[in-house]
Amino acid sequence: MPNIPVTAGRARLSLRARQFLQKLRHGDEVAHLITLLAAASIIVVTVMLVYQLYINSILPRHKFGFEFFLGRTWDPVSGDFGALPFIYGTLVSSALALLVAVPLGVGAAIFLSELAPPRVSNYLTFVIELLAAVPSVIYGVLGIFILVPVLRSAVMPFLKHTLGFLPLFKGPIYGVSMLAGGLVLALMIVPYIISVSREVLLAVPVEQREAALGLGATKWESTWQVVVPFARVGIMASVFLALARALGETMAVTMVIGNDPKISASLFAPAYSIAAVIANEFTEATGDLYLQALIELGLVLFLVTIVINGLARLVIMATTQKGTSQA
Amino acid sequence: MSLRIRWRKLVNVVMLSLTGVCALLTVSVLFVILGYLLWYGSKSLDWAFFTRLPAPVGEAGGGMANAIVGSGKLLLLASLIGIPFGLLAGVYLAEFGGKTFSFLVRYTTDLLNGVPSIVTGIFAYTVIVIPMKHFSTLAGGLALGVMMIPIAVRTTEESLRAVPRVLREGALALGASKWKTVATVVMPAAMRGIVTGIMLTLARVAGETAPLLFTALGNRFWSPGWNQPIASLPVMIYEYALSAYDDWHRQAWAAGLVLLALVLITNVGARLVVSRGISFRRA
Repeated sequence: MPNIPVTAGRARLSLRARQFLQKLRHGDEVAHLITLLAAASIIVVTVMLVYQLYINSILPRHKFGFEFFLGRTWDPVSGDFGALPFIYGTLVSSALALLVAVPLGVGAAIFLSELAPPRVSNYLTFVIELLAAVPSVIYGVLGIFILVPVLRSAVMPFLKHTLGFLPLFKGPIYGVSMLAGGLVLALMIVPYIISVSREVLLAVPVEQREAALGLGATKWESTWQVVVPFARVGIMASVFLALARALGETMAVTMVIGNDPKISASLFAPAYSIAAVIANEFTEATGDLYLQALIELGLVLFLVTIVINGLARLVIMATTQKGTSQA
Repeated sequence: MSLRIRWRKLVNVVMLSLTGVCALLTVSVLFVILGYLLWYGSKSLDWAFFTRLPAPVGEAGGGMANAIVGSGKLLLLASLIGIPFGLLAGVYLAEFGGKTFSFLVRYTTDLLNGVPSIVTGIFAYTVIVIPMKHFSTLAGGLALGVMMIPIAVRTTEESLRAVPRVLREGALALGASKWKTVATVVMPAAMRGIVTGIMLTLARVAGETAPLLFTALGNRFWSPGWNQPIASLPVMIYEYALSAYDDWHRQAWAAGLVLLALVLITNVGARLVVSRGISFRRA
């Protein structure tokens, strides 16, 4: 009597096993498993990345703690590492870049989505996407050979002459400077702002425009007072994406910012960014503390860009509904 | 016409033309970049650039043959890492994935895409250079490979999703198993998009400099095998542009032109492929 449930269970099990074996023979489960592993490995790599950065920056964390972020001296010889000049340089150069790139990018996006005929808009967007593909070292080469000389010989003397009473435009003119870094960054992030903003603007329902125009608004009024506010969350997201790019951008900035770890109010003074100091000093870092201080800078950069990116991605997913992949 | 209306019309025209100016300015940047590189680059590009090793420091002449081969080797290694993982994970997301885990993978992929390239370089340094105690092609290839994964995943997923469901149903109705359907019907149909994605991501990492600085390092000679420091075009451009020699500046322009040409041609090619594939997507 007690045997019956057992055999029934066995029969059920063997049926399920047989089904599983059949699937296995057809390869479905195997394929599922292989692709699942590949997908999981992406998460593993990302987690490993954070873990490696974390365990390889223990020394400075123990030695300096939070002081690391407030220290103003960066002196590898005496083993004194303070990250403030780099944090300052990264933040100010990125802010400068946004100051230039946001009006330019949003303006261009408005033109592409509201004014230009679809064909023209598509061609121009194509060109702008190519611009986003130009390697950053090339921006650096043009920055150092073209932009910096122009700044040094024309733009900076002019600014000093006309606006020299502001602390922003004081001090000796070298060419390589915070200003040069910010401008190169601005050029590099404009394409990102444009391509995402344009998509967001195009996603604004046409009824919104029609209603505004129907009430007697001019084209500009309907765009600026109706369409842009409707899309403002998405536009903000594009700005955040661009900001994340700007914060992490390395080569072009390294080549034009002057690489001097000082905090100066003047935009003409050379500065230094987090990414630039990593690029410049990583291979020369003697001693574990020095190297790990640089890695801790990398960790800071990583965390800041991840948070900004993460927020922007969530907002974009929510506003455009379809996934954005190549931004 | 009242003054108010005239004023509004004026604002309208002025602001709308300003947006046009913004667009024009941005687009013209590409042509400025192209123009300068063509002008300075073509003046200094010669046959030696492609065939010779760098000349000893201080001597004029020489080329970047080792850097061109080096970039090729690094890209090959990066593809070996980036393409299989990207492809398979993309297939998972489009064909097998559930809801929560897929979202997690997709989100992580986007985050990975946003990681500054120099941080990826540090990662490769800690994983390969520290244990092996020297810089190597392997480390550089790993850094670039990790950078390739996100775009490969997302473009693969999107191309697979664009394949009409009818095709899948047809194959399944004929008795094909799921993986057979994916491998022999869906993947070939989406091939165009997948190839495009891979070309785009290759073009992107081909120009990356920052992660190579302290993984592949650089080398003024040939780099046999996979276990030694190796030269690459972007790193050479960086070093030469910042050097003190006019002849090196000249070669930096030449290398910049070659690199930009490679990247832009790959990009344009990839995008043309996709725009021709559009008729299919609408099916």
